[in-house]
Amino acid sequence: MSETREQILAGIRRSLKRGRLDAARETELREHVAAHRRNLVPARAAALADPRRVDLFVGMAEEVQATVARVISPAAVPEEVARYLAAENLPADLVRAPDPSLDDILWDARPLLRIRRGRAEAGDTVSLTPCFAAIAETGTLMLISGAETPTTLNFLPDTHIVLVYADQVVATYEDGWDRLRTNGRMPRAVNFITGPSRTGDIEQRIELGAHGPRRLHIVLVDDRQKASDGEGK
Amino acid sequence: MLATSRTFEANARTGLANPILQQALSLMQSGFPQRRRLAVERLPEFEALREIAESIKDHTLEHLDFYLELFEENVIASGGQVHWARTPDETRAVVLQVCRSVGAKIVTKGKSMIAEEVGLNDYLEQNGITPVETDLGEYIIQLRHEPPSHLIAPAIHLMKEQVADTFRAEHRSLDPVRSLAEARQLCDEARAVLRPQFLAADVGITGANFLVAETGSSIIVTNEGNGDLTQTLPRVHIVMTSLEKLVPTLEDAATLLRLLARSATGQEFSAYTTISTGPRRAGDLDGPEQYHVVLLDNGRSALLGGEFQDMLRCIRCSACMNHCPVYAAVGGHAYGWVYSGPMGAVLTPSLIGISKAGHLPNASTFCGRCESVCPVKIPLPKMMRHWREREFTEKLNPPVYRAGLFLWAWVAKRPALYHALVELASRVLGWIGRGRGRFRTLPLANGWTAVRDMPTPEGRSFHSLWAERRKDGAGR
Amino acid sequence: MRVALFVTCLVDLFRPTIGFAAVKLLEQAGCTVEVPRTQTCCGQPAYNSGDRADTKAIAKQVLDAFEGYDHVVVPSGSCAGMIRVHYPELFADDPAVLPRAERFGARVWELVSFLVDICGMHAVTTRWDHRVTYHDACSGLRELGVKDQPRLLLASVGGLTLKEMSGAEICCGFGGTFCVKYPDISDKMVSDKAAEIVGTGAEAVLAGDLGCLLNIAGKLQRHGRPVEARHVAEVLAGTTEDASPIGVPR
Repeated sequence: MSETREQILAGIRRSLKRGRLDAARETELREHVAAHRRNLVPARAAALADPRRVDLFVGMAEEVQATVARVISPAAVPEEVARYLAAENLPADLVRAPDPSLDDILWDARPLLRIRRGRAEAGDTVSLTPCFAAIAETGTLMLISGAETPTTLNFLPDTHIVLVYADQVVATYEDGWDRLRTNGRMPRAVNFITGPSRTGDIEQRIELGAHGPRRLHIVLVDDRQKASDGEGK
Repeated sequence: MLATSRTFEANARTGLANPILQQALSLMQSGFPQRRRLAVERLPEFEALREIAESIKDHTLEHLDFYLELFEENVIASGGQVHWARTPDETRAVVLQVCRSVGAKIVTKGKSMIAEEVGLNDYLEQNGITPVETDLGEYIIQLRHEPPSHLIAPAIHLMKEQVADTFRAEHRSLDPVRSLAEARQLCDEARAVLRPQFLAADVGITGANFLVAETGSSIIVTNEGNGDLTQTLPRVHIVMTSLEKLVPTLEDAATLLRLLARSATGQEFSAYTTISTGPRRAGDLDGPEQYHVVLLDNGRSALLGGEFQDMLRCIRCSACMNHCPVYAAVGGHAYGWVYSGPMGAVLTPSLIGISKAGHLPNASTFCGRCESVCPVKIPLPKMMRHWREREFTEKLNPPVYRAGLFLWAWVAKRPALYHALVELASRVLGWIGRGRGRFRTLPLANGWTAVRDMPTPEGRSFHSLWAERRKDGAGR
Repeated sequence: MRVALFVTCLVDLFRPTIGFAAVKLLEQAGCTVEVPRTQTCCGQPAYNSGDRADTKAIAKQVLDAFEGYDHVVVPSGSCAGMIRVHYPELFADDPAVLPRAERFGARVWELVSFLVDICGMHAVTTRWDHRVTYHDACSGLRELGVKDQPRLLLASVGGLTLKEMSGAEICCGFGGTFCVKYPDISDKMVSDKAAEIVGTGAEAVLAGDLGCLLNIAGKLQRHGRPVEARHVAEVLAGTTEDASPIGVPR
């Protein structure tokens, strides 16, 4: 196996008419990678400041058939989830990520919501996850895997609800990478999700819900800090 | 995969005579180009990004050995394994060995052109392992025992009635009188039939649109979610990829991702773009326990440093074939192998040899539409011309053709003779055809006159008329 | 301005009318036109067949024939593209010839783009009461950027209305030797083009390349379609009375 490796690398060098790069050049290239400079970043989202950036995110997400509900505070989340499930005629059953940000939500405000914490299993129809960031440029959610954010929640159930805080909305993918790098190691999976699952494989007619979720519902909380006043809104 | 590129002409005729294919190709021709155009119009920086993407790929190719080693380092650091393979045989052997090591019986597959290239599915079946294609298009053609006809929409050659017929024939446990008239119903059925397979799979195999050296990651760009279910649910995830998919950093990947979906389907971004790095981490509740990357060479390293190096920039978006009038006339199967359209016309001879695939770079008018939409600016017609130069040097063209060319060039190098012959031909043909103004048949020109008339020359050549007018003082 | 006309093989053999229309337009634009006698072919048939040696020999002949002219004008996008774009590539490994090929290429122009972009012609004074559609020949379009210029001038032709095809930029299937090497595929492409032309309701189809026009005219006529085919230069120069449309007897 390592012999094959050497043969392939030797073949590359032969084609490029050189030997192995010298140490100085390798150091240069490693530094180039470590610097991970941004290439040209489109102005579309980058030029926008906060409220308009969030509006762009919402507009782009809705364009690709995600639904977006904006609520004022975390306290409003259980009511919105319950409302959404009822409106879509879905049972009030969901599995959610065992993530601290979701633990902090006051789910008892909606006791009829039956919520399981954990990864998704075959029979699950609705999941609820947080996100790591939301990319305004294309209405894309950035979710990362972790002990508290299992990725099966993003793909197995028919309906995926994602909790997004306005302060998680960034302009570009590069902003997402910057945030991720301050987070530590690369997670096993970074899922950029832009709208629900779809296919155009039959006569190029777009159908939603190929293998992943048919519905993607985004609950966007304007203000993470707003305290609950016990009345629900 | 066995190549039938040699019989391109017969394949093409079959495609031209197939009304279902022609209907499907019409849909494609009116769909993809329009959608791409709208996406490009929405992104003012699109052209600038093409230039940057070209230079990112060129830089990476010029230092491919370095970036492969860095990539491998980072895969291992994140708990993954890297396998190197020079040939299809070696690739299949590695994949089989990994599957056997976990006693795999069912393997789900996201779309992988490399797997097609090495004929993986048949090989797994011969060795008692069941491969299940999960991308809807790939699943349909797997049931039909057909090869893919397009890079990203493998079943694009079918209309929904053919898909319905196939599902009815293959999904025998379902109610025979169920309706399958709508695409919606077909999608729902595929979803239901494949769900248990996703859950039962021991190994999941995906391709890779990109590999990121900085982090040791692989990236898949999909819309269905099958790729993610394939790589998340089983115990083992195998990434099958060729060497040239590397990019240096996550930022470089972002630049290329901005071009990929827009060039392919006109989407701003695909529904699911997933960056995978190694197996599940301690404490994770899901994810594969093993992450393997199989790096295939199969002729890529030989293209470096030569006149076909630019082809290695390809990011497999399919824009070229979506805009190609030849592809739109004959469909992807005519090309006879894994890769069709303009990129297939360049890549196929590199991988299976020009003597087997000579028709592909010849069946082009060099209209240049492919090059104009390629997100990484590959000069596809130029590469096809290079193949024609190889054929000419190796005398692979038909002798009659070579003789005609030789004669033409011989005369063209002798202006006096050339002018005399042109004047003669103009007079003779002009006189013969003077009544009707066009020929319905013409000796030696049957290829032309079989399907269209040949207009008659005016009877005198321009040069002879110009010389006369000069003598008359009417010109200069 | 002293310009040389590169006639092209097809114009020379099939339709000198186009050459004379080109001369008339150039003279209207204030040029004096000369036609070097030692020109033959631009070398494209050999080039696209992979015969670089013969192509180079023919190309050198072109360089010699057109030595000393400020501008060389070609009533064909594909021949102009060959000289302007491909001669430098042809001589990329030939340092003795390359500078000459590059300098020469920079002085070679497709006819209509020369009139508009170099001579500053923005209108013609002719009249042609016809509904027309315009086919964008591939080389002119993609190698030389010829798109707006013919439309600008056609807009000034009295009585002429232009109905665009949505597929105006799609290849007609001529492709030089392609149409005889792959006649079935070429037929499909030209059939689609002909159908679109007929679909516009146009009385005439115009283009800047005779190869495309012979192909399209031949197809229209085989199927009895009464659409006229002419080179755009004939309409702009007002010489449509001098010759019948392509493929139509006098």
